[in-house]
Amino acid sequence: MSTFFADVDWDMVWEATGSTVYMTAVAGLATFVLGLAIGLLLYATNEELLFKNRTLYSVLSFLVNIFRSIPFIILLILLIPITKIIVGSFLGPTAALPALILGAAPFYGRMVELALREVDKGVIEAAESMGATKFQIIYKVLIPEALPAIVSGITVTLVALVGYTAMAGLAGGGGLGDMAFIEGFQRSQNNITVIATLLILVIVFIIQIIGDLLVKAIDKR
Amino acid sequence: MIRLQDVGKIYRSKRGSVEAVVNVDLSIERGEIFGIIGYSGAGKSTLIRLLNMLEAPTSGSIQIDGVEMTTLKPKELRGVRKNVSMVFQHFNLLWSRTVEENIMFPLELGGYPKARRKERVAELIQLVGLDGREGAYPSQLSGGQKQRVGIARALASNPDVLLCDEATSALDPKTTDSILELLVDINKKLKLTIVLITHEMHVIQKICHRVAVMEAGKIVEQGPVAEVFRHPKQAMTKEFVKQLTSPSENELTFAKLRERYPTGKIVQLTFVGSTAESPILAEVMKDSNLLFNIIGGNVGQTQDGALGTLFIQLLGSEEEAQAVIAKLQASDVEVEVDHR
Repeated sequence: MSTFFADVDWDMVWEATGSTVYMTAVAGLATFVLGLAIGLLLYATNEELLFKNRTLYSVLSFLVNIFRSIPFIILLILLIPITKIIVGSFLGPTAALPALILGAAPFYGRMVELALREVDKGVIEAAESMGATKFQIIYKVLIPEALPAIVSGITVTLVALVGYTAMAGLAGGGGLGDMAFIEGFQRSQNNITVIATLLILVIVFIIQIIGDLLVKAIDKR
Repeated sequence: MIRLQDVGKIYRSKRGSVEAVVNVDLSIERGEIFGIIGYSGAGKSTLIRLLNMLEAPTSGSIQIDGVEMTTLKPKELRGVRKNVSMVFQHFNLLWSRTVEENIMFPLELGGYPKARRKERVAELIQLVGLDGREGAYPSQLSGGQKQRVGIARALASNPDVLLCDEATSALDPKTTDSILELLVDINKKLKLTIVLITHEMHVIQKICHRVAVMEAGKIVEQGPVAEVFRHPKQAMTKEFVKQLTSPSENELTFAKLRERYPTGKIVQLTFVGSTAESPILAEVMKDSNLLFNIIGGNVGQTQDGALGTLFIQLLGSEEEAQAVIAKLQASDVEVEVDHR
């Protein structure tokens, strides 16, 4: 065992881990905010009691479906010119962020929409009968009542994002995926590939455990 | 307090239109408990939703406290809704909030000073009898307790009108009675006007002052509860009244008794209010040579006092039977003779 890991450059491993955590965290935060907005917009434009607008809903829904359908690795390549303009380079963890966010936010937005649809219509009607405004219905009823599903949705999305960051590595994004591909595969260092895999698993498990604990704490049903 | 004139509601869809409410005229007085009874699909749920404009009528006028509801702007409507609260069959509580936070919900929606919210919630918890459950979540409460939270929440904004949408239909009989008692209690204490819809006649019997019977979107009969019980006119009304006064096993007994005593006269006596609480039958029979056979009966409570029904068979001469019937009628007892 000790010989298997003997020649590993641990500084490089920790730097790659840091990059993966950085990409997941920043893209995750942006995905959460953007996805929540997309989900609310999808729900609200499709709901009679709120801001029903069939045209807006169809356009939004179409866009979400497109971005959800493009394989991430292709999205990454398609976005290179845009990334160059925004970030100034298409290499490094920060350069991977636009693609990560654009890939994950529509996916999460759809989950948020589903979570909101699960909220009991009767409770919304009750709030309406008490004289709640549409915005009060959104932030006092819909979001708190859908919160467990919103949180478990972001957990699933974060896990998917960890996978995306590994792919982003292939396109020069850095991180554990990049390390596994360049150091592990191209230089035939199997031990590096194993380490990258284990660390990714650890990150995924930590995300899942925190997510599950959060859902358990807020779900009072 | 509440005036409905020629109100109609038609649901239109691609497959055609459904007339849920047809030409309804209704007038509900301040401080009264008004019941609307009908089977499911009769349109009563739609009708009660028209009163706070959760559904907009297709035609007609709805006035509450002199305010025409159908022409209000959204903002004005939200204001009026704080005065017309609603209680639901499935409670519709926010499961993410505790009892206290659920009751506080309408207070947060606007207008109520922050510093006095806690105090108001404590008052309401006291009123509906939920002391000690303030911090519980709805999932930890029984059905009856959930409905108490629903009622407290509805009362938080100090409304003049309380609409009850099948408020007891999801509850067992004992819990139903305790919730009905609570409704009578707040009706008296707070001078609240209560409109309730139900498919259970005993809910009407127990707490309503007046009742309207709905069938196929129309109100087919309405009046004071005791009146409607004594003289049901429409077939639908008779059916509902029968649920209470004449359990089906009596029918069998009638047939047997008619067979055994072909000369006997089977009569149904209905006592309302004070007549149900005094020994009228004994007094009338004391001066008569008639024998009587008690077949069955029951006594229930209404807002105007007791309501009793008794099926008896009179054995003896026709003249004496007629005399007894006349005396009973003179004492304000309804007599219905079985002629079959």
